Formats: sequence, structure tokens, C-alpha cells
Amino acid sequence: MALDQSFVGRTYPPTPAYEVGREKIREFAEAVGDANPAYVDAEAARALGHADVIAPPTFVFSITYRAAGQVVQDPQLGLDYSRVVHGDQKFSYVRPVRAGDRLTVTSTIESIKSMAGNDVIDIRGDVHDETGELVVTALTKLVARAAEEA
Amino acid sequence: MTAKVSYGSVEVGTELPAQSFPVTRATLVQYAGASGDFNPIHWNEKFALEVGLPDVIAHGMFTMAEAVRVVTDWVGDPGAVVDYGVRFTKPVVVPNDDKGALIEVSGKVAAKLDDNLVRVDLVALCDGKKVLGMSRAVVRLA
Repeated sequence: MALDQSFVGRTYPPTPAYEVGREKIREFAEAVGDANPAYVDAEAARALGHADVIAPPTFVFSITYRAAGQVVQDPQLGLDYSRVVHGDQKFSYVRPVRAGDRLTVTSTIESIKSMAGNDVIDIRGDVHDETGELVVTALTKLVARAAEEA
Repeated sequence: MTAKVSYGSVEVGTELPAQSFPVTRATLVQYAGASGDFNPIHWNEKFALEVGLPDVIAHGMFTMAEAVRVVTDWVGDPGAVVDYGVRFTKPVVVPNDDKGALIEVSGKVAAKLDDNLVRVDLVALCDGKKVLGMSRAVVRLA
């Protein structure tokens, strides 16, 4: 069943702050096999003009996807999570995420479409730091595949 | 932001050094832990088969993380990336053997924009098939 269009534009409350830890950044960089010193060596990061070690570009998805769970699991919206696949992912960075950031995410439903029986939902996650400045915006397209005929 | 590549030194069509990224089941378990994405399709063969997949598949976000390394290794400063987006077109199937799968990524400068920005278009292949579509990064050069 098509999702309710009236949810387009709905914004969910900001998440509690997520504190970005330097060891979590290191763990993530190691998991993707990325030896860039800016992720683990504060001096190397400072030499590039950053205040502390920075996170790899896709690190923030762990935080925004958790926040998008508010939307995905909203019982009023009624998305069938067991049929959801990740369609597209985009990030727009004001600055890189760095160790010590305390980040909150505000999720907004950008659009809802129905295509060939699939529900396609675009969720925007605006990530702000503890001073209220925007750090990065994540755009996540989720596709809930049409249920098979019973 | 301190990219080690200067805007003046690149043209539309400039190729970035290509890279290959191996993925084994161990890689996926490690990525699951680091990212917090414990969806069993990325580590449990029985579950993957039950939901109609050919085998365990890599996290799309893992492939996305690898593809952008062609850009960040090229410019040196990962903080120079201003925009990055992909479409997940085909899964990376990771068999339970010593070899796993190989993600091959190439990139070239597709457009020179204002403010020392360039758009890089990336191609990510596994078994000769594109696993990402519309894979683009905008990066600020020196």
C-alpha cells in the first residue's frame, strides 16, 4: 500500500548528542583499510588545517542511519522495514566530522514516491555540532520493495 | 583544507590512480562491528539465501567507503571532499573462501567548477559489473 504523502516535510526531533571518539574513528578507518594519517594522528590532521583527527567521509552514516530509524520505525508511517533496501546515499559536507564533536541529527522526510509498487522514501539528516553549526547533510534513499502476492 | 593536487594541474578527463579493494567475510565482520550495521545479510549465509540473495553481500556503505579512497588518496586531505554520492546498483557478493571479492575503482575529473572545486566521477566494478551508479565526489583542490 502506498505511503501517506502527508508525511512529506515531516521533521523528527533531534537525536541525543553522539560524541565522536578518536578510537571509534580509528576502528572505522581500520575496518575500511584506510591508512590516511588524518584519521589517527592529530598532528597530521593539524598539518592539514583540522583541529583534531577527522573521520572518513562515510563515517557519519552510522549516526544518520540510526537517526533515520525514527522515520523508518514510525508506526504511523507504516514502512515495512523487512523489505527496505538502501537505494542512494549522498553527503554534503560543511566541514569534516572530527574527534570530540557532539553531533545531533534532525531527520526530515524529503519525498515519498510510489514506483511500480515500491515505496521510495528520501530522508534528509542534518547533522549539527554542539555549537549549533551544520556539519554535514546526509540524503538517504530507501526503497521498500512491493510485498509479494499472498 | 590542504589538498596536495592543484586545481591548475588538472583538466576534464584527468584520471585518478585506480585502486582495487579486496573484501572477505572477515572484512565484513570487521566493518559490521565498526559501523554498527549488523544486518545478517552481510555475515550469515543461511539468512542471505533465505531472503533471496545469491550469497552474503558486502555492506553498500563499505563499497561507498572504499570508492571514495580513490579521491581522498589522490588529494591527501579527506576533509577536501565537499560532496559525495552514490547509487547502489548491484550487490558485491562475497563468497566464503580465502579470496572473497575484489572491488575495482577508477575515477576521472568530469568537470571543473568554481572555487577550485572539481567533480570526480567514479566507477566501481566487481566481476566486471558496475556496483555503484551516479558515483560522484566534489572535492576542493589547492
